Amino acid sequence: MSVVEHFPILTVAISLLSAFTIFVAGWINKKSCVFISIATLIAQFLMSMAILNHVMTKESIHYWLGGWKPPWGIEYVVDPLNAYILVILLFLALFCAIYSKRSIEHELPHKIASFYTIYQLLIAGLCGVTVTGDIFNMYVFIEITCLSSYALIASRGKIALKASFTYLVLGSIGACFFLLGIGFLYSVTGSLNMHDLSLLLPPLYGNKAVMAAFVFFIVGLSIKMALFPLHTWLPDAHAFAPSEISAMLSGIIIEVSTYAFIRIAFAVFTVNFIKLLPIFDILCWIAATAIIIGSILAITQLNLKRMLAYSSVAHMGYIVLAMGLSISATSYPWGGLTPALMHILNHALMKGCLFLVAGMFIYKADLWYVTYFRGLGRKMPYTCAAFVIAAISMIGVPPSVGFVSKLYIILASLEAKKFVFVAIMLLSSLLNLIYFWRVIEMMYMKREEGAGNSHASYSYKDEIPLSMLVPIWILSSLCIIMGILWLTKIPIPILNKVNAMFGLVVI
Amino acid sequence: MTEIAESLKPWLAIGCPASGAILILLFSKRPNLRESCTLLSSILQFSIILSMVPMILKGEMIESYFFTMFPGIGFGFKVDAFGLLFAITSSSLWILVSIYSIGYMRALKEHEQTRYYFCFALAIFGGVGVALSGNLVTMYIFYEILTVSTYPLVAHKQTSEALFAGRKYLAYLLPSGSFFLGAVVITYSVAGTTDFDNGGILTLVSSSHSVLIILFIFFILGFMKAAYMPFHSWLPTAMVAPTPVSALLHAVAVVKAGVFGIVRTVGYIYGIDLMHEIGLGVMLASFAAFTMIFASLFAIAQDNLKRRLAYSTISQLSYIIFGVALLSPMGITGAMLHIPFHGFMKITLFLCAGSILVASGKENISEMAGIGRAMPITMIAFTVGALGMCGAPPVAGFISKWFIGLGTLQAGNLIFLGVILVSSLLDIVYFFPIIYTTFFGKSEGTESNLTKGKKIEEAPMSMIIPLSIAAIISIIFCFPNPVTDVIFYIVGVAISNLGGG
Repeated sequence: MSVVEHFPILTVAISLLSAFTIFVAGWINKKSCVFISIATLIAQFLMSMAILNHVMTKESIHYWLGGWKPPWGIEYVVDPLNAYILVILLFLALFCAIYSKRSIEHELPHKIASFYTIYQLLIAGLCGVTVTGDIFNMYVFIEITCLSSYALIASRGKIALKASFTYLVLGSIGACFFLLGIGFLYSVTGSLNMHDLSLLLPPLYGNKAVMAAFVFFIVGLSIKMALFPLHTWLPDAHAFAPSEISAMLSGIIIEVSTYAFIRIAFAVFTVNFIKLLPIFDILCWIAATAIIIGSILAITQLNLKRMLAYSSVAHMGYIVLAMGLSISATSYPWGGLTPALMHILNHALMKGCLFLVAGMFIYKADLWYVTYFRGLGRKMPYTCAAFVIAAISMIGVPPSVGFVSKLYIILASLEAKKFVFVAIMLLSSLLNLIYFWRVIEMMYMKREEGAGNSHASYSYKDEIPLSMLVPIWILSSLCIIMGILWLTKIPIPILNKVNAMFGLVVI
Repeated sequence: MTEIAESLKPWLAIGCPASGAILILLFSKRPNLRESCTLLSSILQFSIILSMVPMILKGEMIESYFFTMFPGIGFGFKVDAFGLLFAITSSSLWILVSIYSIGYMRALKEHEQTRYYFCFALAIFGGVGVALSGNLVTMYIFYEILTVSTYPLVAHKQTSEALFAGRKYLAYLLPSGSFFLGAVVITYSVAGTTDFDNGGILTLVSSSHSVLIILFIFFILGFMKAAYMPFHSWLPTAMVAPTPVSALLHAVAVVKAGVFGIVRTVGYIYGIDLMHEIGLGVMLASFAAFTMIFASLFAIAQDNLKRRLAYSTISQLSYIIFGVALLSPMGITGAMLHIPFHGFMKITLFLCAGSILVASGKENISEMAGIGRAMPITMIAFTVGALGMCGAPPVAGFISKWFIGLGTLQAGNLIFLGVILVSSLLDIVYFFPIIYTTFFGKSEGTESNLTKGKKIEEAPMSMIIPLSIAAIISIIFCFPNPVTDVIFYIVGVAISNLGGG
């Protein structure tokens, strides 16, 4: 047994351990908290890379907790799918942590220790959801994730409390549905292990309880992943959380719920079950509605973070649409789950960058509303340039990541002979254009009031600290670099393995 | 069959403006160094593109693929005669515009010059990329880069008028880009490839008649950069931009990329035979004829010189579409020749308009009486450009119009010949009053300017030289000489390839 096979449990364990350590260290020295958190995340990120390398070159990792054999014990299974998600997750978490050093000192000076304690708990939860191979264990980790995110969202106090409470109520309802689904499956099969369930379920596919369980999973996880029309908690939560948490929420937390759904739909139930019901077609249409309505609502927002939040609703629509098409589009390279998983990464990069930039404006000058962004392009040139790059990726200008996602989803819908979705994707990029261009125009093109003809009056620079600028620039340059990498198809083998695992695409 | 040669030259040609753009950003604090980067990369790019000419004339195609994006679609370049022609036009005009920009931007003390030069270089990157790309997907990528990078140039002045123009520009061209993308993926799903091929890649076997027609409409909507009517109004509105930007829009890259795309679609995606078979040629030609006539009529009504030139461009671009739509060898020859010829003539006109603005601050034709006596070189160059637009010898425009005229006869359609004649007549109607007013008109405007103590004289040398060069080249094209021969050979190669299928 190579050492890499212990990494799945270690990523969860050291995160929990570091949460405790930060809590203790925070009493002694507040400054140390962020460094412990970053160090942990670096270690976790390196482990996740090792895991990805291991599953790609050798085989999937099966780790039995306490040596108990599944289906009795809890099993952690890491295959290309969750290794891929784990890397994205820890990558974004690492950069958000680096970014958070200055902004948390500024925004929550009295809560530094508790912030990082809960942040590490959040990471532990997310890693847990990703690596586990046991459905009840997954529920537990989803709850850990959600509870810590409720706390983090509420950390700014005041209106954030209300946002957090809405999320808490809806999130708990979602969790209940999820738990009910698990209960139904357990009642008919008597097992909680995912692999075991996938073997026990096929004879029971006609069973009403099994079907009901599937619907419970869909509804429960749809709330967690803010799929329209169950997205109502998301805009407030994204807007009022500290920016690094908004970036995490939008970039990875809702995506991990999507991962959970993919895992349950394709690994617990299988493609054969999904093909029995028209459920994925319905999901496609819901997602298409989400894309259009999310974008239109984003256009109506003047608060930058709320606008980005509605944009997340639209982009979750992209992911779900791509997932819905995965069973009908089956040819290489755009068939199967490839576009959906691709957009999970792309969205993490783009939205992560955008929310961090939005946080920067709040950090620097308490600017929340787009209307006050006049002349920012001159004051904060590097920040705004990063914003522009991420925004044009959202619009889907080649060769950015947004373009690649758009192209893949369009090709998939063409293959599935669903031409409506082609039109919706094209329309959506135009709607993206409207709300992002307004911001860009305000930052660069609108002259500052009172500046008149003299250029000197507004040419002073007021850039943000380097520790915040670097994460933003890494994310925004990755928006272009990853786009080119996707086009060269270098990362595609990972997704191919996922598709092959679920029997989706035959090359 | 044409020989295919592997070469990295297309990458180098694209790399020049890209690296130029980065250097421009780096040297934003040192204007002299920044501008020399622009000049250097433009000259370097032009020479690299010229060095590809001999291979093309030998009948070879230059190919360079970087990686495969999808089965059957590589990301890379395939340079054929027609693509090279456009690349030569853009890159040579870039040199002229760069020299001119330096004079213009400094004389008017424009703000945000780094952004201006940066975006200009990016736009050239997009434009030449479009010219050299080997398939629709690659072309789409560069086409969109061109669209987005031109926006800051159009909205450069940052006044509410300029912002409106910028928004309008995007509102027309990005939705159009969506149509283009739609057309690309449909082509791919129908034909299984998107490579430009001399005989076309679509057939009636692979798709039905109606699909082909709908797809063609998608393509035409996708190339809205060609500013055909009724989707033309972004172009006159964009005239608020600085004059070198107008030159970029009208002559160097932007609208030319649109017509280039249409020619590519007609000749290399559909193929001449298929166009004949489904009768799209006559439809497209009638559509273009409509724009030719009406844009000229609109032009007559304009008093703002740049807006009048804009409508003239709209009309002239449709000549190119028209020539191709005739589907006859002569017509296509004329259309291809009109791309560089119109480029040089229109750039002359715009550079003149810019010089007048810098020297006298005047934009309206009615105020320009007598200006020709104060700025003789500028106005002589303007006259040359105007003559060319009307199709009068001895300026290049004569040749391309001649060929398009022959093309109508070859296609056996006398009505279309009539259209050309009428539209040429209209060209004269809107250009000659300008020439007349500026040289022979008497006005109080000049007097009042003199009394103000401002004597109008020629614009700075860095503006006069490029516009004179452009005017001289426009004349040179009309006479047999090595440069013209090369252009004719290139077009000849392109036509024989198309004909040979």
